[in-house]
Amino acid sequence: MNVLEKISLYFQYSYVQNAFIVGVLVALCSALLGVTLVLKRFSFIGDGLSHVAFGGIAIASVVGLSNNMLLVLPITVISAVLLLRAGQNAKIKGDAAIAMFSVGALACGYLLMNLFSTSANLSGDVCSTLFGSTSILTLSAADVWLCIGLSAVVLLVFVLFYNKIFSVTFDENFAAATGTRTGAYNLLIALLIAAVIVLAMNLVGSLLISALVIFPALSAMRLFKSFKAVTLCSACLSVVCAGVGLLTALLADTPVGSTIVAVDIAVFFVCWIIGAVGRRG
Amino acid sequence: MALLTCDHVALGYDGREIVSDLSFTVNTGDYLCIVGENGSGKTTLMKALLGLHRPLRGRIETGDGLRQQQIGYLPQQTDVQRDFPATVKEIVLSGCLGRKGFHPFYTASEKQLAHSAMHMLGICGLAGRCYRELSGGQQQRVLLARALCATQKLLLLDEPVAGLDPKATAEMYELVHTLNKEKRLTVIMISHDLAAALPYASHVLHIGEQLFFGSVDDYRTCFTKGGHLA
Ligand SMILES: Nc1ncnc2c1ncn2[C@@H]1O[C@H](COP(=O)(O)OP(=O)(O)O)[C@@H](O)[C@H]1O
Ligand SMILES: [Mg+2]
Repeated sequence: MNVLEKISLYFQYSYVQNAFIVGVLVALCSALLGVTLVLKRFSFIGDGLSHVAFGGIAIASVVGLSNNMLLVLPITVISAVLLLRAGQNAKIKGDAAIAMFSVGALACGYLLMNLFSTSANLSGDVCSTLFGSTSILTLSAADVWLCIGLSAVVLLVFVLFYNKIFSVTFDENFAAATGTRTGAYNLLIALLIAAVIVLAMNLVGSLLISALVIFPALSAMRLFKSFKAVTLCSACLSVVCAGVGLLTALLADTPVGSTIVAVDIAVFFVCWIIGAVGRRG
Repeated sequence: MALLTCDHVALGYDGREIVSDLSFTVNTGDYLCIVGENGSGKTTLMKALLGLHRPLRGRIETGDGLRQQQIGYLPQQTDVQRDFPATVKEIVLSGCLGRKGFHPFYTASEKQLAHSAMHMLGICGLAGRCYRELSGGQQQRVLLARALCATQKLLLLDEPVAGLDPKATAEMYELVHTLNKEKRLTVIMISHDLAAALPYASHVLHIGEQLFFGSVDDYRTCFTKGGHLA
């Protein structure tokens, strides 16, 4: 059986279809926001939030919630707001506070799972939460619809506020001085990030989310020089990488999350070389 | 009523005072030049006027129905992140955003406004270029074009000629003069180069060890006698 036949066979399974729908949407949303995140030096928020989301999942599984999104989403959103505040407050050393917050959430999450979990395969559970090894292939219909709904909201908000997001990212002081409510837009960006993190938990697991957010943006920045082009390119690269990574993972039976990230890294190096050659030539 | 009123304002960071007891007014149509040593707090004052920095004491009031959305601002050359991907056109257009409210996309008239601002500054040819690859003088013009898109009444310029060559400097002063006279914009400019800036200004604010506020003529008599005029 050649590869194409194998692929078309896989695509008859609904779990593969679901995985692709979610994978593409998550990749798209995370890459769009990734550009702003990288340029605003907000990457730390993404990283911190992903750990918080892990803590949220731990609590949800301990409490025995059937749909853990209902708990994880609000926890992550609240943390996003708190982290943004901490990051802007020079007095309480933002970066240290964030490190404390995120490592604390990670540790407590693992502790909770250890103490209270009824699962027979605890380390497997933890591993899949951190690295997303199989959860993408076991999505329920509700998960998929939640993901579609959340992505639609993220995309819509991003498109509607694209120009404002650019302005606040490029020069926040100017934006504030000329009457843009930068505080509100920073909050909006943090909320979008929270939504994307929760979405991406399914695809790559909490430890690898940052990669999904950062790599496509950095790759696109090697190739293009306008904000619009970088944003579009980042989105395209991310979707392609997610698709290729997902397929590779299915065919080669490797972990989905890390395969996608590996493809992202490979693409980054290709873009880096193209950028370096293009600059010289 | 004055466009801007500073009433016994003190400025500083973390409780440390840099400027104290500063009072002055700016009226519509004025051209105020702010001078002073490096580190005397000129940029801090401008940020306070813009509402970006809170005064330690005193009040800053706006009048004549001035709204934040009618202000244009040229920041002191900040090192915009080295790797920021943005074209000249994207940056100039973003000057129109403040007044748009929630409307998400640029209208044709805003694009026209951005185009005429670029035309006025002679940077139409750079529209598609990447900002970070321009020379210092070109970058300054781009940021001024952005400020022109934002302003309807008041223009604040923080060292607009820093890093410009003599020819570009002269052009910049001419341009600001034109804006002040023909477009009836009120201008507040921070400048290092007193001798070059004074011929165009109507008022001077000197901050630092000695505080001075008054018309240019008063400034000349006051400071030439003491031999301080640069
Ligand atoms: N964000 C800040 N935090 C603390 N001190 C600052 C900050 N910005 C400027 N300063 C200090 O305030 C003083 C005035 O700075 P500034 O207003 O930039 O001066 P100028 O523009 O006149 O050269 C300087 O001594 C500077 O060190
Ligand atoms: Mg200054």
